[in-house]
Amino acid sequence: MNTTTVKAGEGSVARGVPMPDVRQDKQGDLAPQERLDIAMRNFVRDFGAVAATYLESCIHCGNCAEACQYYVQTGDPRYTPIWKIEPFKQAYKREMSPFAPIIRALGLKRRVTVEELEEWQELIFDSCTMCGRCTMICPMAIDIASLVGLARHGMHKAGLVPHELFAAAERGEREGSPLGATPKVFKERVDWISDEEEVEVHMDLPQADVLVTISSIEIQKYPQSIAALAKVLNHMGLSWTFRSQGYEATNFGLLSGNADWQRHMSMKLIDAAIACKASLVLLPECGHAYTAMRWQGATMYGKPLPFKVRHISEFLAEHIADGSIRVRKGLNKSVTFHDPCQVVRRGGAIEGPRIVLEALGAEIREMRENRGMNWCCGGGGGVISIHRADALRYKAFQIKMRQVEDTGAEMLVTSCSNCRLSFDDSQAHFHWDKTAHSLLEAVAENLDTPPARAAAGPDGARAP
Amino acid sequence: MDLLTFARGPALQWALVIFVVGTIWRLIGILLLPRKPDFNEPRSTHPWRGALGLIVRRTVPKREFAGPTAFGNTIGYVFHFGLAIVVFGFVPHILFIRSLTGLHWPGLPSGVIYVVGALTLAALVAALVRRLSHPVLRLLSNADDYLSWLVTAAPVLTGLMAAAHWGGPYPRLLAIHVLSVCVLLAWLPFGKLMHVFLVFVARGTTGALFARKGAST
Repeated sequence: MNTTTVKAGEGSVARGVPMPDVRQDKQGDLAPQERLDIAMRNFVRDFGAVAATYLESCIHCGNCAEACQYYVQTGDPRYTPIWKIEPFKQAYKREMSPFAPIIRALGLKRRVTVEELEEWQELIFDSCTMCGRCTMICPMAIDIASLVGLARHGMHKAGLVPHELFAAAERGEREGSPLGATPKVFKERVDWISDEEEVEVHMDLPQADVLVTISSIEIQKYPQSIAALAKVLNHMGLSWTFRSQGYEATNFGLLSGNADWQRHMSMKLIDAAIACKASLVLLPECGHAYTAMRWQGATMYGKPLPFKVRHISEFLAEHIADGSIRVRKGLNKSVTFHDPCQVVRRGGAIEGPRIVLEALGAEIREMRENRGMNWCCGGGGGVISIHRADALRYKAFQIKMRQVEDTGAEMLVTSCSNCRLSFDDSQAHFHWDKTAHSLLEAVAENLDTPPARAAAGPDGARAP
Repeated sequence: MDLLTFARGPALQWALVIFVVGTIWRLIGILLLPRKPDFNEPRSTHPWRGALGLIVRRTVPKREFAGPTAFGNTIGYVFHFGLAIVVFGFVPHILFIRSLTGLHWPGLPSGVIYVVGALTLAALVAALVRRLSHPVLRLLSNADDYLSWLVTAAPVLTGLMAAAHWGGPYPRLLAIHVLSVCVLLAWLPFGKLMHVFLVFVARGTTGALFARKGAST
């Protein structure tokens, strides 16, 4: 697909932060009007009573700005969360709302233009991680992140996605992984890590109770996660497998706003789980993977899933509590936990990491805003892949640094590889001395040996 | 027909008709849109509990947001509670509601109502000044925000003027006050003032959906 970039003007500066270049990316050669029509048509494609309720309910109080890291750190009112969907709100009122005929007849809302959509590209993609913190402050409890998700549907179909995000999503659709972790690459990584860590990793077993999935960030940047997963599951003596037809849990279809690609990516995991008759799909340390499969997977499938879906942090907590994972109190230090927005605030898997960390002997020092109120790392929602947004993302990350520093904790742990990537990148940028560690790897490093039934193969394994 | 008879008669009747029909039309237009079935395994099977819980809880701002939103929220509390006290606590209002619906309750002393009315008007003015001066609010605001402010503030101002017999003969002041209420009622279904109803729908929707996931609210 043709892609073009338009430099629409010089980047601005707010509170000393160079704002993202006013750069607008386009895919395809659509005429402006066609682009606009497609954007609006796809915005309303999955539209229903819930979205209409939210778009009708905003009272323009502006409170949501105070919950958004991008506004708080820059003071730029354009980063007010509800403003990020303004063109779509206007279009809804003019074309679809209960009084739309009156609004059109009296000319109370003018037509949205394609130029406005191009201008809003930065607000819909670069400066929103869909972290949902704004819902926590809104007096009407509007789920603005879900509206941004719908706006992304329109923007993607209209070919108005930032290049890097589009490229990653398109590669994910074409190759099966946004970061080049194709089935061949994945198998090579598994073989390598299996040898390196001397751990048995099950691949393509015809039948298993647990289908284990992984994110491309882990495959490419944190391959220790593969070994950690294998160590924990072998320790439990479970029947588990990776499947080369469906292992990649990252869903860039969701992030970039392409509902068709999202469905394709989800169906690979669903088909793989059904093929090996899994009763559980275990999701990796990845925030949006959790949203995509735990809370939207059955929607993509069109009926209830024939298996359960759990995030690794829920799984670890459940099985540490029931004794099937035995760990040493090896983390004998103070630890603070960064709550990944999609898993915790929006996903509801809140207390698991605390249960795990306590079992590991950590002294948990909570950040001032924690659990559902935690600040986003600033890199979710595909933002970390958009390079023009780097300066803004680093600015937002300073909130996170302050939060972590204020705890005085010796160690920082999280359960999202995308958050880790965001932390690592910002750590390097700021020459910061704090590294975000994996909750899963902390468990794997502190398994209380001897393993229960490590020798048990898939045939002799226990139920998950 | 004099102005007061017109205000209390046809003007009020038409305003009430527009209010009721407009409100029902807008609510139906929203609520009858399709809802996708959610097949994902719920964490909680009590969405109604989540809906009712959030409707109540969101009335109080979260501690974490108290600082930056304190001024705006305080103004909001003052004029919302002030409006409720004046509308439902002033004896002539109660008598008027009784004449329309038969419902009645004890009123508050007029002196209290006048003080509350003045505070309400002051809070509304502060809200307008804030809307005109705060960069975020200036950006978000449109004609609906200012019109809704005007039709809300007008009955408070005209009511205080009528109570004080200030600005003309009492029947004319009262007629203007009733007409300002008519405008408020007639505008309510069309703009942001509809939040008097939508607050329950929006909070309830999020409360139910998020409870299903166990998500934070």
